[in-house]
Amino acid sequence: MNARISNRVGQDAIASKGWLLAHKWLMLRRASQFGILALFMISPWFGVWISKSDSFSGSEQEVSLVSEPLLIDMGNLSSNLGSEVLPSTDLFWVIKGNLSSCLVLDVLPLTDPYIFLQVLAAGFLPAANAVIGALIVTVFYLLVGGRVFCSWVCPVNIITDAAAWARRRLGIKSNHALPANTRYWFLGGTFIAAALTGTLAMEWVNPVSIAHRGLFFGMGAGLWILVAVFLYDSFVANRGWCGHLCPMGALYSLLGKTALLRVAAHKRSACDDCMDCFVICPEPQVIRPALKKAGQDSPVILDSRCTTCGRCIDICSKQVFRLTHRFDQRSSS
Amino acid sequence: MNTDKPVERSQPQEIPAVSPGRRKFISGMAGAAGCGCLMALGIGIYSHQASALSALALRPPGALPEPEFLAACTRCGLCIRDCPPGILKLAMPGDPIPTGTPYFTARTGPCEMCEDIPCIKNCPTGALDPKLKDIADARMGLAVLVDQETCIAFLGLRCEICYSACPVLGKAITLEKRSNPRSDRHAMLLPTVNSEYCTGCGLCEKSCILEESAIRILPPQLAQGKMGKHWLKGWEEREKHGGSLIGDQHQLPVRGLEDRIYGDTRVYDEPVPRIGNIADPQPFDPVLPNDSDSGSRP
Repeated sequence: MNARISNRVGQDAIASKGWLLAHKWLMLRRASQFGILALFMISPWFGVWISKSDSFSGSEQEVSLVSEPLLIDMGNLSSNLGSEVLPSTDLFWVIKGNLSSCLVLDVLPLTDPYIFLQVLAAGFLPAANAVIGALIVTVFYLLVGGRVFCSWVCPVNIITDAAAWARRRLGIKSNHALPANTRYWFLGGTFIAAALTGTLAMEWVNPVSIAHRGLFFGMGAGLWILVAVFLYDSFVANRGWCGHLCPMGALYSLLGKTALLRVAAHKRSACDDCMDCFVICPEPQVIRPALKKAGQDSPVILDSRCTTCGRCIDICSKQVFRLTHRFDQRSSS
Repeated sequence: MNTDKPVERSQPQEIPAVSPGRRKFISGMAGAAGCGCLMALGIGIYSHQASALSALALRPPGALPEPEFLAACTRCGLCIRDCPPGILKLAMPGDPIPTGTPYFTARTGPCEMCEDIPCIKNCPTGALDPKLKDIADARMGLAVLVDQETCIAFLGLRCEICYSACPVLGKAITLEKRSNPRSDRHAMLLPTVNSEYCTGCGLCEKSCILEESAIRILPPQLAQGKMGKHWLKGWEEREKHGGSLIGDQHQLPVRGLEDRIYGDTRVYDEPVPRIGNIADPQPFDPVLPNDSDSGSRP
């Protein structure tokens, strides 16, 4: 038992950096994921509403955060998961809607580009709010990094990370992953399906939107879709959903070709080939070119399938990796 | 999918036209394409099959016709958040409603027809049509008195709950007077839906006092018939053209009705026995001829 534990992935990093530093980016990511989830319900759950009151000139609108005394007692919290709690007429939600489309501070529309493209493929020309919203989100991920969505926002990432953890802890080796490019074909296929059926076909089963919508609007049988993703990733295919199938991740990876935020193996000469980063990485094929100079000289992980999750930074006891920008060419060799 | 196994070469003398790397690439790509397309086919078939909307689920006001709505709705739930009475819900997977789309159920939570229609205001795509400015123009469904056997107005009792609950009061549901066949002196006030005014809000269905409502909101396509596009109504056409288009027909005299307009065979002169005669084409006349009246007035 002891021998097995000492061989666990990340043990060296915990020994050399301490547990906190060896889980820094993981904890930041969880904070981001849960924080974004919480933002969608901060208004009814914590009584934080946006107040818009006309100033005396009548031309400007003052936007201020008000924290009303809790409108609901905590005991009733679970029964208020739905839409029962409503603000008075001049109070607005901090974020309203879900990841498919939402309204921030009652002014800024955001729409997921994958949902938006499905609407287009289904043959409907959406109104301005959806176009603006999709543009804003697309530009953001083009700049920051497409699959930053996957590891910092997507609620399914928590499930598939749990499945990957279960695989490691239980020593599950069976791996019947589909080809990694399946996701791009599937992505295209979902658009064709949308065009042929005239509906957002993928949205009947899309675990990403079902997870986020389900948390705040009712999960229903969507729970079993999420359980299926967990079981598939745990027992059938390593990183089977996020890394091989998810069409949403595929689209965000296409958006990640120009990502500015990147991980770089800037101290790659210090690498002692412990392989921990390859084991922990959700897309291990992206590491090699940067770390081992395979086909590129730059130490920056340029592959758009990298989710910028930072687990390699955490797990490396030699501190080979760091988070930097795309044009950072500094390297130890 | 593991193509890394060492390839046994029994005949090493010829270099294959397609190099192993290229072969691996092509077969891998074909596998990916096959899997991806297969899965897309699966969701296409499933979503097509699961597009049916339960007749009990009604769309919010301003919703585009169902096929367009399913193309336009992002399933974001903004309309749910903006609904003051909180009657709108997003369909969950497993519901008999397309996953994630908004709906309400008239019997448990009818639309209260807010004047400013807040549910439409923030819809990002226009799946709820912003062109709907007056809630009275909404057509979420159509009320239908589906069961005359249990509706207590048809039993001759006073109810009128659905009439009173209707927000388009006195227009969408009217009370039609008929004489009560079980009595020679009472009227039946029969709730009657006028499709010209009914918005399908469902307040009538909600208010029905029966255990199962006798009046229900149905999707318009279930509630209404449709005449053939080429059908014309003769009497309307005659009025429009100031005369019959096929020429006036020969008017043969009908014995005893010589003083009537041709075709009018209604009986006016004799005392009309009204008991049991629901189908009387004349509107109910409260002043009955004295000889058939027992004298009592409500």
